[in-house]
Amino acid sequence: MEIPYTVEARPDTGLYNAKVGIWLFLASEVMLFGALFSSYILLRVGADAWPHGLLNVPIGMFNTTVLITSSITMVLAWANMKLGNPGKSRFYLGLTILCALAFLGIKTKEYHDKFVHYEVRMTDGTVMDGHLEKTSPDFAWGAGPNRFKIEKGSVEFQPIEKFDAKQFNVKRGETLTEVRHRLGLAKPGMLAPSHSHEKPVTLQASDIAWICNYVPRHSTYFAIYFTLTALHALHVIGGMIVLTYFWFQNPRLARIGRERYTNRLEVGGLFWHFVDLVWIFLFPVLYLL
Amino acid sequence: MTDSHSLEAFKSHLKVYIAVFVALLVGTFITVAAWKWANFPTLTLTIAVALFIATIKAFLVAGYFMHLISERKVIYGVLVTTAVFFVAMMYLVVYSRGDMPSGTAYWGNQGQATEAATKGAK
Repeated sequence: MEIPYTVEARPDTGLYNAKVGIWLFLASEVMLFGALFSSYILLRVGADAWPHGLLNVPIGMFNTTVLITSSITMVLAWANMKLGNPGKSRFYLGLTILCALAFLGIKTKEYHDKFVHYEVRMTDGTVMDGHLEKTSPDFAWGAGPNRFKIEKGSVEFQPIEKFDAKQFNVKRGETLTEVRHRLGLAKPGMLAPSHSHEKPVTLQASDIAWICNYVPRHSTYFAIYFTLTALHALHVIGGMIVLTYFWFQNPRLARIGRERYTNRLEVGGLFWHFVDLVWIFLFPVLYLL
Repeated sequence: MTDSHSLEAFKSHLKVYIAVFVALLVGTFITVAAWKWANFPTLTLTIAVALFIATIKAFLVAGYFMHLISERKVIYGVLVTTAVFFVAMMYLVVYSRGDMPSGTAYWGNQGQATEAATKGAK
């Protein structure tokens, strides 16, 4: 059976069917990401203190350029197919897939950096963030209502940023973000420190009032950060699967129907540029503002 | 097959694509530079500038890479419909802010809320 209108335009729309299809799909995607963006706005205006500078801006900026580069290579893959150069087209398609892999690799590293980064609020009010170096043999995390505590044992902690309760007049229960805001350290253009000369400290379970690594349950900010970037990453993975199929099938598809394959590349490209477009908003919203 | 005339025209498109690519890289750099060094007096202005640049970049991607500057009517129809629903959805956020139960403490209504809460306590 022949699939209708894969190459020639349908008289009423003036387009091949897949193009209308992908735009309808992208319209639904606009609403999906739009709903999450509006949630972000609502959560942010309702928040007492919004964190700044918790993400690595140079890495985020580099990843933005990786994704923009993948967009231009995608355009070149399609354009070369249209010009009748399947070999060149396949080359640019390969570059696009490599960019997608690089983007996901960098994103994985960023996620990992957050997972090993902890905020600790001490019972005397002192707040700090840093890394868990070592745990004692009897160490156990709290569970259920105590999931933000350590049940027993001790932990060796390497602080990166530390606000002593007495020195900085920290009230018990004040969060790191609130302290940083109060001291004027949380503004656009500022990054949280990534290295420190603080000495490692040993913390007993009873010293810790609250502890959590930078995962969705840490705060509203990380909840929306991980939701938006993970959904975006899923789109990158989805797009990459389709483009990889095209890369492997390139010689066959170009031989059996060059024009149809060109159109398939165009449709795949439209999705790919949309993923790039979403990131163009995600980067400033999550990393800079 | 594409005839030689339109082939030439298409090759000139390639130059436009490269120009858009460079513009997107420059836009990214300006966004980060403005964030780092501009020191705008208010956070609102910082947000407005960053989102303004992002919007220009989005128009470049949608207009040239997704060839929306020369597309068929049916696509524009789909997108205009989407835009209407998108704006309506964003308006829901604004609407929800004006629909708080009286006495609730929320952003922009701190003073009144405290007063109402005090009265309630008495």
